[in-house]
Amino acid sequence: MPNPKARALAVVAAALALTATACGGGTTISGSGGNAHPRTLTYWASNQGASLADDKRVLAPELAKFQRQTGIKVKLEVIGWPDLLNRVLAATISGQGPDVLNIGNTWSASLQATGALMPFDAGTLAAIGGRDRFAPAALAATGAAGRDPAAVPLYSLSYGLYWNRKLFRQAGIARPPATWDELTADGRKLTGAGHWGLAVEGASFAENAHHAFILGQQHSADFFTADGRPRFNSPRAVAAVKQFVDFMAKDKITAPGDAEYAAQQSVQDFASGKAAMLMWQSAASSLKAHGMRPDDYGVAPVPFQTADASGRTRVDSMVAGINLAVFRNSQNHDGAVKFVKFMTSTTEQKTLNAAYGSIPPVTQAQGDPAFASADLTTLREVLARTATPLPQVPDESQFETLVGTAVKDLFADAAAGRPVTEASVRAALTKAQQQLPTS
Amino acid sequence: MTVTTAAPPSPAAEAPARGPRRAVRLRRAALPYVLLLPALVLELLVHLVPMTVGAVMSFKELTQFFVRDWGSAPWTGLGNYRVAVRFDAPVGQALLHSFLITCGFTVLSVGLSWLLGTAAAILTQERFRGRALLRGVFLIPYALPVYAAVITWSFMFQRDNGLVNHLFHDQLHLASGHPFWLIGGNSFAALVTVSVWRSWPFAFLCLTAGLQNIPRELYEAAAMDGAGIWQQIRRITMPSLRPVNQVLVLVLFLWTFNDFNTPYVLFGKSAPDAADVISIHIYQSSFITWNFGSGAAMSVLLLLFLLLVTAGYLIATTRGRDADA
Repeated sequence: MPNPKARALAVVAAALALTATACGGGTTISGSGGNAHPRTLTYWASNQGASLADDKRVLAPELAKFQRQTGIKVKLEVIGWPDLLNRVLAATISGQGPDVLNIGNTWSASLQATGALMPFDAGTLAAIGGRDRFAPAALAATGAAGRDPAAVPLYSLSYGLYWNRKLFRQAGIARPPATWDELTADGRKLTGAGHWGLAVEGASFAENAHHAFILGQQHSADFFTADGRPRFNSPRAVAAVKQFVDFMAKDKITAPGDAEYAAQQSVQDFASGKAAMLMWQSAASSLKAHGMRPDDYGVAPVPFQTADASGRTRVDSMVAGINLAVFRNSQNHDGAVKFVKFMTSTTEQKTLNAAYGSIPPVTQAQGDPAFASADLTTLREVLARTATPLPQVPDESQFETLVGTAVKDLFADAAAGRPVTEASVRAALTKAQQQLPTS
Repeated sequence: MTVTTAAPPSPAAEAPARGPRRAVRLRRAALPYVLLLPALVLELLVHLVPMTVGAVMSFKELTQFFVRDWGSAPWTGLGNYRVAVRFDAPVGQALLHSFLITCGFTVLSVGLSWLLGTAAAILTQERFRGRALLRGVFLIPYALPVYAAVITWSFMFQRDNGLVNHLFHDQLHLASGHPFWLIGGNSFAALVTVSVWRSWPFAFLCLTAGLQNIPRELYEAAAMDGAGIWQQIRRITMPSLRPVNQVLVLVLFLWTFNDFNTPYVLFGKSAPDAADVISIHIYQSSFITWNFGSGAAMSVLLLLFLLLVTAGYLIATTRGRDADA
């Protein structure tokens, strides 16, 4: 080879070939997992306690117990909510992920569509004690209807209206509101002198989307058609979202500053007495962490449009909660199923849900005295009677981010004193819908 | 081969000698490439392969249904690009809006950073007591970890408890009422502020280094000829700093245009409309709506735009310098 250029080319070609093969070796995705590593499991837990360290403290003794029973060592990683979905997506794309993981139950259908999670078919469900162990409402939020669940319920939560007893007494209000008209009337009495009627987490798209959904149900608005296509801007959806933003824009019972809250500042405001009401899922442990005593507040169901609301408009919460899923690429499939069985066993359900202030989705565990407090009884009844799961369609998580962000922008308008009208709400929701792929 | 054996003795004797010599020459010629090989392999692995994968992704309909197995995602040809550049449709409109915001943001941020950096570098050119300390203090924003610094800014920008509103409204009475900084229209100003705060020390550092190369005699001679301070800056400092500025402005432009950390930490996953810069916008198009093909197409467009600007800038500035010389 007399030509130096040719030689250089050959060297480059060789290097390219080397790199290409190196890549090919690294990214091979094993199709469906197996049992290559039966002694260890990696578990991604979501943040349920006051901090990530708090979660580790709660889970460590239970994981040690599991190791004593089965000899399988569980490597625990607690992941904060802002990162969890991205981490799951990254694991899905790369095929490198945990064996067992917690997911927000509203993501079930979206993640199910990716095929990253192992379906709980009849055999697997039987191996963990059967479908009947779980409350039906919780099971309804584990994936698309008619398909094997993509996950099983682990902790259940529902929205309640938290109200400050002292502030209500001072304002001469005897009981918490049962309809939105009552809530705004009470809110006006409670607002003034640095106090506000209702606190909202206005910049948190997840909270916004949940309330848009709940109010949407009360207005008979569906954000998705029966075949799963988005319909964010129907007149009823507009009415629902406007009602929510109007607490700040028109009724003025919500502080404008709430429009930039996204780190649980609304819970702090409620705990400190700056706001007299708050709609939240199982806030007990957070309120305690912020120094509010349990007898300082009460928990009532979130209001309806009318006191005698019935049928599909009698919804005042979504079925909230955490599901436990098995990653399809797990190299310890049998161990993962064993771990799911352990975590959903009646004993563990009592321990974990009591520690986190949530409601066990396993019916057998619900009878425990730990869950008989007035607060948890209210929340449990909401969950059993008047809660509906978010639409179990593949685009659900996009609904949360897009509609939630639209509501965030509307709150920003309201906070800055710009008018929030039917037209501006419709425009915001239309823009959100248009971001979804048109198919 | 037969030719060699049949040849007269003299060339045959020469042949074995030429063989090793050629091998030596070949080895010597190959040496630089062999030495470069590790760097080349790493460069390919770290930069080119991901970029190529990204470019391939942009031609696929890579939504949540296919992310687990990319191979199964259907090819869409230029579909993702068509959606991205159709400026009368919502997605393209949003991209264009985001692009224009980013251009404005970059021009302001780079301009102000450069101005501050130049001013500070010139002012600290003369020796005075505490100069080293002052230079050190100026560099602090550059030395701080991005996340820690920007989170602190986001606390300061909070409406109700933030330091910015406390200072401007409660102490100085410059603003009426507490404005929002992290949502709504002011978010653009907040973003520019933090970005300038983060990048001007780099301009300062580069220009300080550049100033060391200007001979003092030039200034002395100019002073003798009666040139004032402004004339000295205009006639001596600026022309001498030209090569430094050429690189500095380009680097600042690329960093600022692509900056993801600052807006992400400041505003979270969904930036307000007024500060919806392109990096966040593309992130949102990929991760929030789970449409990685569309996000990749936007990234490729961004890459092409930056390549074009960079090439144009380099051609323009180099030609200008050649003409000067």
